[in-house]
This record gives sequence, structure tokens and C-alpha cells, in this order.
Amino acid sequence: MSNWDRFIFTFFNVEIATKYGWDILQGVAVTLLAGLAVVITGIVVGFGLAALRAAGWKSVNFLIIVFVDIFRSLPPLAIILVLYFGFPNIGIVLPSLVVLWVSLGAVLASFAEEIFWAGITSVPKGQWLAARSTGLTFAQTLRHVILPQAVRLGIPPLTNRAIAITKNLALGSAIGVNEILGRANSALSMSANATPLTMAALLYVVVFIPLVIASRALERNYHWGER
Amino acid sequence: MTADAAAPKPRYQLEARGVRKSFGATEVLKGVDLLVEPGSLVFLIGPSGSGKSTLLRCCNRLEEPDAGSIIMDGVDLLSPRTDINAARRQIGMVFQSFNLYPHLTVLKNITLALRKVAGMSAADANARAMAMLELVGLPDKAISYPAQLSGGQQQRIGIARALALDPKIILMDEPTSALDPELVGGVLAVVKDLRARGITMVIASHEMNFAREAADKVLFLDGGFVVEQGSAEEIFSRPRQERTRRFLAQIKH
Repeated sequence: MSNWDRFIFTFFNVEIATKYGWDILQGVAVTLLAGLAVVITGIVVGFGLAALRAAGWKSVNFLIIVFVDIFRSLPPLAIILVLYFGFPNIGIVLPSLVVLWVSLGAVLASFAEEIFWAGITSVPKGQWLAARSTGLTFAQTLRHVILPQAVRLGIPPLTNRAIAITKNLALGSAIGVNEILGRANSALSMSANATPLTMAALLYVVVFIPLVIASRALERNYHWGER
Repeated sequence: MTADAAAPKPRYQLEARGVRKSFGATEVLKGVDLLVEPGSLVFLIGPSGSGKSTLLRCCNRLEEPDAGSIIMDGVDLLSPRTDINAARRQIGMVFQSFNLYPHLTVLKNITLALRKVAGMSAADANARAMAMLELVGLPDKAISYPAQLSGGQQQRIGIARALALDPKIILMDEPTSALDPELVGGVLAVVKDLRARGITMVIASHEMNFAREAADKVLFLDGGFVVEQGSAEEIFSRPRQERTRRFLAQIKH
């Protein structure tokens, strides 16, 4: 066999693809569902933490910062393994999908909080002054003037980060979650061929491209009258 | 006969006495008095860093003075029992950098406070906002965004926004300093119009000619003190203090 033929046989084997294709495809549903859950909870929790931090209660802020710094520093795989293999020892048994969701959700939430917080602090002080000078309360100012602008500033780094973190869903394969990579891995061991991995890679691209496109559309929506 | 007599109208719309403010180690206001009669136009002049902006921001408590008293229309602004958000409805503010909300249309910039602070219905708020836009000559810009307007237009919207809540006094912090010269006139015309309507104003500005024309009282601040105050005529033509003379000489050149 020539090198090229061997390459095709290993990574783009049509026979293997048809044999295991449907099985791997079913992993897409799990990836999508888990991905949606992680992105939504991560962003919502991160946003909530940032808004809470704006209120300025020192003890609360301390807890927020501790949480955020820990979960930004830990490798997601470590968190997943601790929750899945470690927690049962203290009596907490969680299904693998829940472990995946909570771990990645917490990681995304901590990055999201920092991104929104950076957005909040970048809004010019003059916006606070103008809003408060008309009699708006702190909460009203935050809600109607500051947060809309902070969110806009946060969208590019946030979508970047969300995409990066949700790709970690592939780690679910380490704890038995039947998403794309998990199924591809089973097909890999059964067929002794790397084509399932190629398919998994292509499927990941197909799943995440819409997220990337959606984030660009979102950015465009925030050009308030600018030329 | 009514049981309670009507309260006498306060002599001053704004009575700030002995205001002190430090930022860290720097003392920016070192005991400033500012007395503003109702319906008058008071000008604050002075070099950068003299405390003009800080003084204005203390007058609606956007900055907390370290010492002194600030009484607005009989209400002690610094008292912890005062609802400062309610008090701020009576005090309008216009900023050097306009500070319009970029994510809202011009109309929404004005109606935000009308809806959330004054509790007006959407219809009433929009009507009032349009009236304010008519006043500053920009009714056709209602659905534009601030980014689409010139500096002079943005500042006039800023004035409309400050006026919308029908404040008793308007504080203006260098309203024309960030504008190209040809746009300054438009803003000053609006200020003149407000004065004719009897709205009390305190303006920190370098627009000496305008001050000479329109100001009832001029205060010269330098280094956190009121160095001299008097009528526009007195300050500009017959300054008594050396520092005042030096400052005016610098401005003229």
C-alpha cells in the first residue's frame, strides 16, 4: 500500500464510517444537550456573580473571588474526576452527565464572571454619574445603563471562552458519557481503525460552527448606531 | 385659616458652606462656600484642578464631601435621612463629556429617568421627552443613537435629559469644553433660553464672554478655595485679587 492509501485507510475509511457512523452520530444529541446546559448555566451564573459583585459587599465579594480563582485554575478533567470518582467516597453519587455539566458549568461560570466584571468596570464612570444624577438608584443604574454596556463588551471574549470550555465535553468520554468522542472511542477499539476519530472531529466542527456564527451575529447586533 | 403656615421660600436655591473634599492625600476642596439665589446663573471659573468639578459633584452628592453642609431648596443633602435619589430629581446635571447612554436612542436616553424615577407612563414620558427635544431644537433626532450625533447635538440632548425631570437647579460641568468652537454657540443659546425661563444654573466653564453677558455671580476658584466672587462686571473688569488678575490675563491670551 502507498503512504497515501494507508493514510486514507486509517483516517477516512468509508467502510468503517458506514458501519459505525450512525452510532457516533447519536452522540451528537448528547453533546448538544450537555453543551447547551453548560453554556446557559455557566453564562447565567457568571453574569449573576458579576452583578452581585457590583453591589460591593466585601464578604460576598471575597467568596466570589475565591470560587472564581479556584475554578479558573483547576483543569476541567481534574474537577470531573474528583466529582465522579472521589465524591462517592463521601456519599455523593452523581450521574456522569451531571458531573460533566456541573464541572464545566462551574468553570465557564468563573470565566464568565471575570469577563462580565471586566465589562462592568470598563463602562466609563461618566455613565454612573449621569444615571445617578437623574435620580436612578444603584440597582436601576446597573440594570438599565451599566449591564447592557458591560454585556456588549463581554461578548467577544465570552463566546471565545464558551467555545473553548464546551469542547471539554469530550472529557465526558473518560467517565462514560455517551457523547461524540465517547462513542468514537468505542468504535475505535472495536474496529482498530482511526476513522471514528476523524468522524468525531468533523462532528465537533459541525456542532460548534453554529455557535461561532451565532456569536458573530450577536456582536453585530450591538453596533448602536455606529457606522 | 390653615393650621400650618406656608413655609417661607428659602433665600437660596443652593446653600453650600464649608465644603471640604480630599481624594487620598490630595485636598481638592478646602472649605468652599457657594450660595445660589433662585433663578440666578452662577459661573465658576478657575484653572484645572481648582475643584470646580468636585464642587459641582458634591452639590448632588455624586461625591461625598468630607466636611461642610449642602442644603438644596431647604433639604439637607448630606443627612443620612435624606432620600438622595428623590433629591436628585430636583437637581439636573450636564457633563463635559455628555455621558449619553450609547445603547439607547435619544428618546430613551431622556425617558429612562422619566419612566423609572418619576414613574411616568410610556405615553407621558415620550410626550415630555419630545417636548424637551423641541426645547433644545432637536426633535427630529428622537430615534437616532448618540453615536450618530455631533458633539454639540449630544450636549444639547444631555441638557434635554437633565431638564426632563423638571429640576429646580441645573449644574453644568464645563458643558462646552469638549466641543468644536462652531458648536459652542448652539449650546450657549440653549443655556440663555433656560435662563430666560428662570431656571437656576451653576456653570463651571471657561466661556468668559458668555459669563460676562449672562452670569449674575462669578466665583473664581483656585487651589480649592474661593479666591474671589462678585458680579460678572466686578470679576472681569475690576478683579481685586492678584491671582484673579493673573488667571484672567492667561485666559485672554
